[in-house]
Amino acid sequence: MNYTIPTVDWSLVLPFALVALTGIVALIIETAHPKRDNGLIIGVSLTGLAATFVLLLTQLVLPPARTFGNMVLRDQFSVLLQLICVAATAVCFMFSDGYLREKKIAFGEFYPLTLWALSGAMVMVSTDNLLMLFVGLEILSIALYCLAGMSRSEARSEESALKYFLLGAFASAFLLYGIAFLFGASGSMSLPDIQKAVTGLTRDTLPMPVFGVMLVLVGLGFKASLVPFHQWTPDVYQGAPTNVTAFMAAVSKVAAFGALARVLVAAAPLHQYWFEALYWIAIATMCIGNLVALVQKDVKRALGYSSIAHAGYLLVALLAYTRDPDKVSLGTTVFYLIGYAAMTVGAFAVVSLAAKGDRDGSRYQDLHGLYRRAPFATVMLVLFLSSLIGIPPTVGFFGKQLIFLDALRTGLVPLAIVLAVNSAVSAYYYLQIMVAAFVSEEGAARPVSRKPGAGMTIGVCVCAAGVIFASLLGGYVQETTRTAALQAKPVPGRVQNQMEVINR
Amino acid sequence: MSASEIGFLALALLAVIGAAGVVLIDNPVRSALCLVLNFFVLGFIYFTLGAPMIGITQIMVYAGAIMVLFLFVIMMLKRQGAMAKPDKPDSRLGLAVVLGLALAVTVYATVIAPQGVTLPLGIKDYGTPQAVGVSLFTNFVWPFEVVSVLLLVGIVGSIMLAKRRI
Repeated sequence: MNYTIPTVDWSLVLPFALVALTGIVALIIETAHPKRDNGLIIGVSLTGLAATFVLLLTQLVLPPARTFGNMVLRDQFSVLLQLICVAATAVCFMFSDGYLREKKIAFGEFYPLTLWALSGAMVMVSTDNLLMLFVGLEILSIALYCLAGMSRSEARSEESALKYFLLGAFASAFLLYGIAFLFGASGSMSLPDIQKAVTGLTRDTLPMPVFGVMLVLVGLGFKASLVPFHQWTPDVYQGAPTNVTAFMAAVSKVAAFGALARVLVAAAPLHQYWFEALYWIAIATMCIGNLVALVQKDVKRALGYSSIAHAGYLLVALLAYTRDPDKVSLGTTVFYLIGYAAMTVGAFAVVSLAAKGDRDGSRYQDLHGLYRRAPFATVMLVLFLSSLIGIPPTVGFFGKQLIFLDALRTGLVPLAIVLAVNSAVSAYYYLQIMVAAFVSEEGAARPVSRKPGAGMTIGVCVCAAGVIFASLLGGYVQETTRTAALQAKPVPGRVQNQMEVINR
Repeated sequence: MSASEIGFLALALLAVIGAAGVVLIDNPVRSALCLVLNFFVLGFIYFTLGAPMIGITQIMVYAGAIMVLFLFVIMMLKRQGAMAKPDKPDSRLGLAVVLGLALAVTVYATVIAPQGVTLPLGIKDYGTPQAVGVSLFTNFVWPFEVVSVLLLVGIVGSIMLAKRRI
């Protein structure tokens, strides 16, 4: 049997390798010094993340490339999404130590597990092969199941881990079933090949790929928490430790939307079959997310529903892009993800200050007195929440404006209107959170006791800088991803059919 | 009906019986043994599809190693709390049956009915250990390596969840 070993360009997998290896080093430090201060682990992890960030920045200008038998793809889209993930993880690490210490769950394993979860997200966004996408998704998910259950003394944390695990496994099964159908229909797991294979199908052969795409969308819709696959989101966001929730909200969503974008681009020839469905899913996601958030009594739960609503906004951006890739750019999605990551991680960071003892205080009244104890963090919370509402000049406003204009440009006027109305509705519960932070602590059941540490302050500042200055990146992101988005379309040339390779 | 079709139907029937037994039998040990039946038969189906490598792996790893773990866990936990049967049938059971049937009908109506069913034929040398090895170390070497991170996550995560309080 003759075979050729594919040539490998290591620079494409270096960011992933760097993050995974940092995790291993962090774990070795933890085993060498158990029960010690986690300062060294955090230092090593942040150094590794900083190195990865710089490395990715240098790769931003390089032309798109593939390696490892087309399993790894680097284009501007994937590099930008990886940058967001790495930065969000670094901020989570900055505020984690104080929070975990307060809750008495300062496990050193938190850092390596989170780094590996990040590496899974990086695998997910830097490939256009369904097999790699699945492997990345599982790394991210399994690490998150463990992290969600990290606070073992709290029944809620265990419940959230178990719920997330069971529903996540269920969603993975849908995804795998869909991948199997697509493989059966096209003989390949690479998305460009699938796109080519489904382009010329007749009526008789079409059902299989259409069904496959639907199942894949169910699996990814779960990860992105689109209605009606969103049921897990509020429970898991509320039950998981707040720093894990911040990581989950930012990184997991970025990875899911990165994967969703590539799948939808590949499924573009079947546009007529899935577009209508996703159109209504987008409307339902925006409306249900915001309306249910209005009646919540818990900050983390409300932010969970808010993340569902934001998933709806992001889906509008993706739909506008797939409807007319020439008129609008994938950059809108990337830009919104940058803003979303900054404001969500920032908001969760400040909310984590309300934890007291080994319990998470996350009801609205637990935030009372926050302004007295941590004035700076509270002001920043106002900034993050304003951005989540979409008040200018924050990044939230510019992101929503871009999505709104994209939707109008591609004739999705109803979606644009629903988006605008929802933004207005959402202001109510974000304002409620703001007000709770400014109410004085008298009469509060468990007023905030902890003062923010240096890590918290730095992390919050990074997020605030993101919220204020990311708007300046808007034009750049739009331009860069315009070149990348073209690469997301099929590259003419070698079709890697697995059967052919084996038979050769 | 050809001999291979009869063979496939017989194996498929056994596999479905095994799978149904896992869900329907109350005794956890018997349930687990039904799972062994299902895994075994699935392994044989892989053989008939011309994929001996995955068939061997299925029998060795699933029917062998994983089932031993399953039985260990069941026997260790058996003392604590006999499997209590709910007093009244779960009202959601009916809904689950309806939704499951709806999915089956959808699959049949949208995919199977228009495309028809043909017995899959194994391609020669498609799933031999040699072919699997070659593709693992050429085109699929990167996912193969990345899965190692997944295993690491599994090990470290379960230790973190299981270890004593710090």
